[in-house]
Amino acid sequence: MIDLTVQTTLKGKQGSFSLDIHLQSSADRLVLFGPSGSGKTLTLQMIAGLIHPRRGRIVVGDTVFFDSEKGIDMPTRLRRVGYVFQDYALFPHMTVWQNLAFALRRHKENHAAHTGFFSFLPARLEEKDGESIRRMLELLEITHLADRRPSQISGGQKQRVALARVLLIAPRVLLLDEPFAALDPLLRIRMRKEVSRILSDCGVPLIMITHDPEDVDAFADDLAVYANGGILAMEEDFRGRTLFAQDSLSYLTDILNRGGHADRPHGFDDV
Amino acid sequence: MEFSLFGYQFSLFPIILSLKVAGLSTLASLILGTFAARLLARRRSVCAAVIDSLCTLPMVLPPTVLGYYLILLLGRNGVFGPALRELGLQFMFSWQGAVVAATVVVFPLIYKSAKTALEQVDANVEKAARTLGASELTVFFSISLPLAARGILSGAMLAFARGMGEFGATLMLAGNIPGKTQTLALAIYDAFQAGNDALAACLVILTSGICAVILITADYLLGGSR
Repeated sequence: MIDLTVQTTLKGKQGSFSLDIHLQSSADRLVLFGPSGSGKTLTLQMIAGLIHPRRGRIVVGDTVFFDSEKGIDMPTRLRRVGYVFQDYALFPHMTVWQNLAFALRRHKENHAAHTGFFSFLPARLEEKDGESIRRMLELLEITHLADRRPSQISGGQKQRVALARVLLIAPRVLLLDEPFAALDPLLRIRMRKEVSRILSDCGVPLIMITHDPEDVDAFADDLAVYANGGILAMEEDFRGRTLFAQDSLSYLTDILNRGGHADRPHGFDDV
Repeated sequence: MEFSLFGYQFSLFPIILSLKVAGLSTLASLILGTFAARLLARRRSVCAAVIDSLCTLPMVLPPTVLGYYLILLLGRNGVFGPALRELGLQFMFSWQGAVVAATVVVFPLIYKSAKTALEQVDANVEKAARTLGASELTVFFSISLPLAARGILSGAMLAFARGMGEFGATLMLAGNIPGKTQTLALAIYDAFQAGNDALAACLVILTSGICAVILITADYLLGGSR
């Protein structure tokens, strides 16, 4: 599903941060687990093309997104990744319906027959496109919110809208950044089930970032444990092998010992 | 085109010219200033900082200095003088010159507010649009510009009010020709110099009134600053 090797150094206000990642997984659901600031979000942003690694290679499915040796760098808008941001990043000046229509228009412009003299104009939505949006609203159970603005709906509802919006571009891969962190605990349990159901319905592969062990249990076919800009451990066929939520502490202590890391990664000091 | 106030006869010309100059220069600056703001927003390089200072400079320079530079560039013997003559454009002592002078003076007002407004747009929202397949043009016109519109428009209102009162640069480039390039501000100066105090006072009240109405309307249209 994904084959990614990237190296890069970012300079920020608190000095530089270097990322050196090799990530390979053929599972449908890959979870990136690790503390804040360990490079998980950077990895997602590189897959989406929002940040460019200094060198490396990023392949999703059969599509090469980035290859520094061959000089390939596909622009973000053509990568067709379903990136759901941590704060959902809905367009605040558009209604829920318009948010979805925006995505579908762009999808038509980039991937359907949108050529000819007037191709510089925004794509027009036809009757069947309205039908696609309606079906997506139904799938996410947000039909009644179509005319509301993002400021008028709750966090869980925003998440459904964000998911509906990215699913309309028929994404090659769904990228979820801490999808449940902002939700209250009861809603979190419900949304995990919902997202799981929608993923099976749509058959879209998933890469999810989390620092919540419960998410690992709910989603991880494969698990990559991040620390300090690198991958500490890669576990394949992880699902059901252990109850991560209960054993995460001993598991992490174990890989820290097993890995023989002389320098204990800073990120795990507080585990 | 005359009207009477307190028994005095006034020409309407300076009022109409001032509105025309302020309107056209605001429109020109709105396009140029927003474009410059889009290019320079969120840039942190040395080069961007230098260009940013150059764009802001007209706000702090005396208008006479700006007028002097404009004559050097656009005057008959100026850098672009011959080229402009070829095109049949005449900025010295013409109302078009007044528009150019006012445009340069009000440009920083719009540029500054547009840059602030564009930088306040949530970067994640723009990134989300890109990942959904939007080109940079679509991101700007469908996302960034609508979200920054209030800030840009409030800058434009300030620019219009400032353009109404533009004096120094206009005087240098377009001169003070009654019935041709004499704007409200210049007419007031003329009347005062000529000892026509009553006329000056009336024009002063008129100008203050127009500018106050513009600012109050702007405040109302933009939903108030509170």
